[in-house]
Amino acid sequence: MKHFKLFLTVIGLAISSLAWAQGQNNSIPEVDIQNLNGTTFSTGDIKNDGKPIIINFWATWCSPCKRELNNITEMYDTWVDETGVKLVAISIDDTRNMAKVAPYVNGKGWEYDVYIDPNGDFKRALGVNNIPHTFLVDGQGQIVWQHNSYNEGDEYELYELVQKLAEGEKID
Amino acid sequence: MRFKGSLLLFGLLFAFGAQAQSFEEVMNQGKIRGNFQIEAQYYEEDSTIGAQEVPEQILSNGFLNLVYTNGGFSMGVRYESYQNALLGYPEGYQGNGIAYRYATYVKDELSVTVGNFYEQFGNGLVFRTYEERGLGYDNAMDGVRIKYRPFKGLELTALTGKQRLFFDYGEGIVRGFNAELYANDAFEFLKESKTRILLGGSAVSKYQADQDSRYVLPENVASFSGRANITRGKVNVNAEYAYKINDPSADNNYIYKPGEALFIQTSYSQKGFGLVLAAKRNDNMSFRSDRTEGLQNLLINFLPALTKQHTYNLLATLYPYATQLNGEMAFQADLIYKFKKGSVLGGKNGMDIQMNYSTANNIDTTSLNDLDTKRNGYTSDYFDVGEVYFKDFNVQLTKKFSKKVKGRFTYANLVYDQDIIEGKPGAPKVYANIGIADVTYKFNIRNALRTEAQFLVTEQDNGDWATLLLEYTYSPHWYIAFMDQYNYGNEDPDRQVHYYNISGGYNNKGNRISLSYGRQRAGIFCVGGVCRVVPASSGLYLSITSSF
Repeated sequence: MKHFKLFLTVIGLAISSLAWAQGQNNSIPEVDIQNLNGTTFSTGDIKNDGKPIIINFWATWCSPCKRELNNITEMYDTWVDETGVKLVAISIDDTRNMAKVAPYVNGKGWEYDVYIDPNGDFKRALGVNNIPHTFLVDGQGQIVWQHNSYNEGDEYELYELVQKLAEGEKID
Repeated sequence: MRFKGSLLLFGLLFAFGAQAQSFEEVMNQGKIRGNFQIEAQYYEEDSTIGAQEVPEQILSNGFLNLVYTNGGFSMGVRYESYQNALLGYPEGYQGNGIAYRYATYVKDELSVTVGNFYEQFGNGLVFRTYEERGLGYDNAMDGVRIKYRPFKGLELTALTGKQRLFFDYGEGIVRGFNAELYANDAFEFLKESKTRILLGGSAVSKYQADQDSRYVLPENVASFSGRANITRGKVNVNAEYAYKINDPSADNNYIYKPGEALFIQTSYSQKGFGLVLAAKRNDNMSFRSDRTEGLQNLLINFLPALTKQHTYNLLATLYPYATQLNGEMAFQADLIYKFKKGSVLGGKNGMDIQMNYSTANNIDTTSLNDLDTKRNGYTSDYFDVGEVYFKDFNVQLTKKFSKKVKGRFTYANLVYDQDIIEGKPGAPKVYANIGIADVTYKFNIRNALRTEAQFLVTEQDNGDWATLLLEYTYSPHWYIAFMDQYNYGNEDPDRQVHYYNISGGYNNKGNRISLSYGRQRAGIFCVGGVCRVVPASSGLYLSITSSF
């Protein structure tokens, strides 16, 4: 096996990563994505004044993603009032559907911060494989929770966690 | 694969980190993330649906991604394993290996990447490398990429490398340069302007030696594109034009005609209303780093299909459209409107309507009959539309009836040219009508049942189909689903087959495991706009995915 050494390195890295996981800085990785008007936006600028942030990966062609974000929309005003949470929706649509993102977002009346990650840089930086994929960021800017896929009703669990974060509780 | 330098790379990276503080301190400031996936299927022979015996009985695909980030520094690797690849995957995927590794650092206005990278210039008409793991699509570059911002508002990118072809590289070398100017940031007098202007230009060339005994081929082929993306309030216009010098290839039957593409998308939206109008023309614009390749291999550019990307089974997988690289004119209109709560059509809970019309046609060409002389191939009038390849008109209504019940109802009318799109010579055009009802019933906060009833009616191909889906979810961890696709309208009574499938899954945080048993219809499987043909199969399928 030609790449056995490299393979060992990879495994070593993986094991080390688990050992280091406790003390690690788990802030939002900084990569360039796009605003809805095509200009560059750095993910390092995703901030919410010490309040929780939900980062959700979706696409216009992903049914469960749209169900999730449309269901949350109905409760979003209450969520924001009660906890100050901000939802950042990252579309991974490519050129084929990018132009449909803003009309869809406005048409559905979403009040989220919406960005597009057409090159998949943010998706890769966060280890996202399939969408929908949701991350929760606490008041210190640390990613503390993630969830892949959407079942009807998942938003209630998500909101319970957001409430905990808003009150400064730890979640595990 | 030729990745001997990788070890050295890793050594350097660790040395780089270790110089200032202790190794562990430095590592603790960063973070390792990644994901893992394994899919395995046990195959059964099933003569009713034409599923053939698989000699290995069990096939599997797997990968692990590791990405380490620490401030402006990141590096990553992906290990891939195909033992052997699942049916329908490109056959080039065999064995194991490190198929992707890179290191990137950002220092002030400069960003440098060495190793593998994915990149897109503008709309991708001259350059886009990307991956769709679910399809085995990956044309990643391996080389060097530099991004530089000389002043606020201007971004320059230069890159060079070779493209991935399974566990090897394509023959050609790809070089590219891109400039993006954000006029509002760059020019003082536009700072406060309500009109946001983004201008861009790219040049991409490939080198491949000419070893052809029949023709004298260009060894360097250049392509150029220019574009503008303008937003003012609710209106956005995004237009790009691309040109490629003569590039005789297996795709275009080795003609010397230059290629070109034009892509325009405009949109208008405000709360409760959105409209998109788009048009595209591409003529002889296939661009690969190996002129002899076909399928989805070694494409340098990306020509998006201007059709709606459907998600319902019968609509999405029986007759999906994919861009015809050699020539196509396409138009699309997409509308979304929200009937307010309390209005006549909106009712108590409101209602949404989405309408979409798209058409893709051949370009109109006149043959020059010069294949024995100049080989320019054909001439083509820019505005003349040729034969219809694909048409789709569809309407979708989304309605919440009560707290417990909501539904989405779809009607679509399709025209689909099997001969061109699937390469089935002589097969008739398919004219199909499709109706879908998707209703969700929520028992309570955690329990919900979603049902889909789908009908596709056509006189051509395999005739009529029906699909029934029942999906029970117990939030936030469990689901179980049953699906049956029934080809009840097939002219051949022996082929009026049920394709049943039962599946279940569990997910928690970043982990997901699912298991399914049943039949998979031969068809076209698409993710994110790229499709592959999948043969019929039957058996037990296991999938485990994990993000960390």
